[in-house]
Amino acid sequence: MESLRRILALIRKELLAILKDPRSRFTVLGPPVIQAFIFGYAATYDLNHVRYAVYDQDRSEASRQFLADIDGSGTFRRVANLRDQREIAPLIDSRRVLIVVQIGQDFERRLLLGQPADVQVIADGRNSNTAGTALNYIGTIADSFNATWRQTNGGPPPPVQAVQRAWYNPNLETRWFMVPGMIGMLTLVQMIVITAMSVAREREQGTFDQLLVTPFRPVEIMIGKSVPSILIGLVQVTMVLTLALFWFKIPFQGSLFTLYAGVLLFLITAVGVGLTVSSVAATMQQALMGSFLTIMPFAMLGGLNTPISNMPRGIQYVTFIDPLRWVISIIHRVFLEGASLRRISSDLWPLALIALFTQAIAVWMFRRRLT
Amino acid sequence: MKSRLAGKPGADYTRINPRRVRSLIHKEFVQIIRDPSSIAIALVLPVFLILLIGYGLSLDAKDIPVAVVLENPTPDSASVAGAFKLSDYFKVTEVTSMQEAVKLIRDLKVDGIVRLSQDFDRQLASGGASVQLIVRGVDANRARFIQGYARGALSQWTDHRAVSEALPSVGSARLQTRMWFNEAVDSHYFLVPGLVVLIMTLTGALLTALVMAREWEQGTLEALFVTPVRASEILIGKTLPYFILGMTGLLLTASAGRFLFHVPLKGSTIVLAAVSALYLLVALGFGLLISSATRNQFVAGQITIIATFLPAVFLSGFVFDLASVPAGVRFISYLLPARYYVSFLQTIFLAGNVWSVIVPDAAAMTVMFLILFALTLRKTEKRLN
Repeated sequence: MESLRRILALIRKELLAILKDPRSRFTVLGPPVIQAFIFGYAATYDLNHVRYAVYDQDRSEASRQFLADIDGSGTFRRVANLRDQREIAPLIDSRRVLIVVQIGQDFERRLLLGQPADVQVIADGRNSNTAGTALNYIGTIADSFNATWRQTNGGPPPPVQAVQRAWYNPNLETRWFMVPGMIGMLTLVQMIVITAMSVAREREQGTFDQLLVTPFRPVEIMIGKSVPSILIGLVQVTMVLTLALFWFKIPFQGSLFTLYAGVLLFLITAVGVGLTVSSVAATMQQALMGSFLTIMPFAMLGGLNTPISNMPRGIQYVTFIDPLRWVISIIHRVFLEGASLRRISSDLWPLALIALFTQAIAVWMFRRRLT
Repeated sequence: MKSRLAGKPGADYTRINPRRVRSLIHKEFVQIIRDPSSIAIALVLPVFLILLIGYGLSLDAKDIPVAVVLENPTPDSASVAGAFKLSDYFKVTEVTSMQEAVKLIRDLKVDGIVRLSQDFDRQLASGGASVQLIVRGVDANRARFIQGYARGALSQWTDHRAVSEALPSVGSARLQTRMWFNEAVDSHYFLVPGLVVLIMTLTGALLTALVMAREWEQGTLEALFVTPVRASEILIGKTLPYFILGMTGLLLTASAGRFLFHVPLKGSTIVLAAVSALYLLVALGFGLLISSATRNQFVAGQITIIATFLPAVFLSGFVFDLASVPAGVRFISYLLPARYYVSFLQTIFLAGNVWSVIVPDAAAMTVMFLILFALTLRKTEKRLN
């Protein structure tokens, strides 16, 4: 009972320290929402505004139809009609177009003869993912052009036809993937920095030693430092979640209880990482550096920017200790797939292990500092 | 020396005194050596991060696990399954019922399902069979590439069959695609230069943000103000040592990109170094401004991480194409120095000295550098009066 009272007092003091200063209050509560809002729009792999140029040497009915299909797709915007091969390189080099479509002069003749007719598509590969996506779109357009051509020219239908479905995200919108993922990404950054810096500040100003000579036990100090950060984290999560649901209108399939259970475990883990960082740092500069050192790999290898399954096997094992990896999986599965608590248990127990491990290290380091 | 300073105070306030700057720089270096965490930020951190993240980041899917459902294994349906097995992109698990496949996709064991239905053969004989392609759409970008690869495997099977069965040929448009600057389609080519930007943005800003904020917090900067030292001299003394450290870090990360990740450097090394130096000054200036504006390490540290790291990931063109972003958000990206440096690095590494890209990028960075330092100078001088 006495212990609980002490912890509550410490929690109150911590919350005051972070929220009293208006600037500090703003940096804790403002950025997650602003960032989720901006990045929700910016972080998209979907293309809708691809500038392209055409070099049509055929100028036939068929080539015009092919280009009309591209223009009509809504994704591509034609910005130049070329008359010479040599015009291609400067356009791409200067990034004025992403794609150049070149149709050879016997395009229609070959089509009528029943032969494959080549279309050259040149893409600016400086960002090979964007270029690959654009080429993919053109591939789909070519497929439908071919299907129409077969039909109107009396060819037999293709032997197989792909019927495509995307589960959990029928229109394949990257935003459905990114915005829920932001819940984990944005809070990870804040949790680690806030926790690590709040301990380091006390240490640098000498108030931590004062705390140690009070009747507080190390575990109580730890709880007193963790709970305020977790509370702030829950507020941040709720704000970003609200934005995802009501502004971006991403359909939520699962249960809020399951989502919060997973997120709470993640927050405990992230705070544990922050405490571990602070327990080895003597100054605020070192604490910030330590935070950065953990945040950056965690954030980049969490699977939001590039899929974990693309990583080399060794690095995939490294991501096992990345709390972000597990929480992103949890959020996506609950959010988009409507997964139950039981189905996400395979993501929950690794998080619990990391939480236990980091909190244990922090307690141990605090104890050691006492003796 | 004291008497000389006291003798002509006027002269000391009108122009930068190299001797005072030199001693300030000396002091900063002594401090760096006493607390080596700055050296760690500048040198160890970038190398560690570029190795770990550089090897980890990749947008090139290979061995995508898919389930092929053969509800009625026949030579024809098995040959379609074979086309998926032959493809480098897929790792096939064969199952005989849709239930099994659904369980695999729910447990994250596979990312897609190719379903060849019970009456595939009958459909094929009567003129056209449909093949159901299901992808796990959660990661939409990856899903779209999986769809593309699956269509590729199917059309290869179709071509193959047309030849072996001597079917009458029909004309079709066939795409010959070429990816300039990255013929092998290796995503490291653009991810690694982007990573250099990310690391340098944060280390550059962090280096100065904290040292300056600490001096404010501990009052040592005010102690400096009662000496004849001018604000601009303090700024030079603060910037130069960290500039040298930062350039060394940049050299290490850029070399890692070139020699470890084999990103070709098509452009000139001198241009690379010059524009990188410019960018580093912008990053350092940003750190200085934050610390002078906040005068509080906690807030300065928070702002530095929030304002540099995530925007450089999501808003710089590092992975996401800015042309597809709504105009309002794209406008914000123009205020971000990282955007110009990403564009510059991707161009100088992969395309060469394309002046129509490099000059505007460098100009934007120069303007930002001037604004940042002017603002910092004002923030620092204000306190003097």
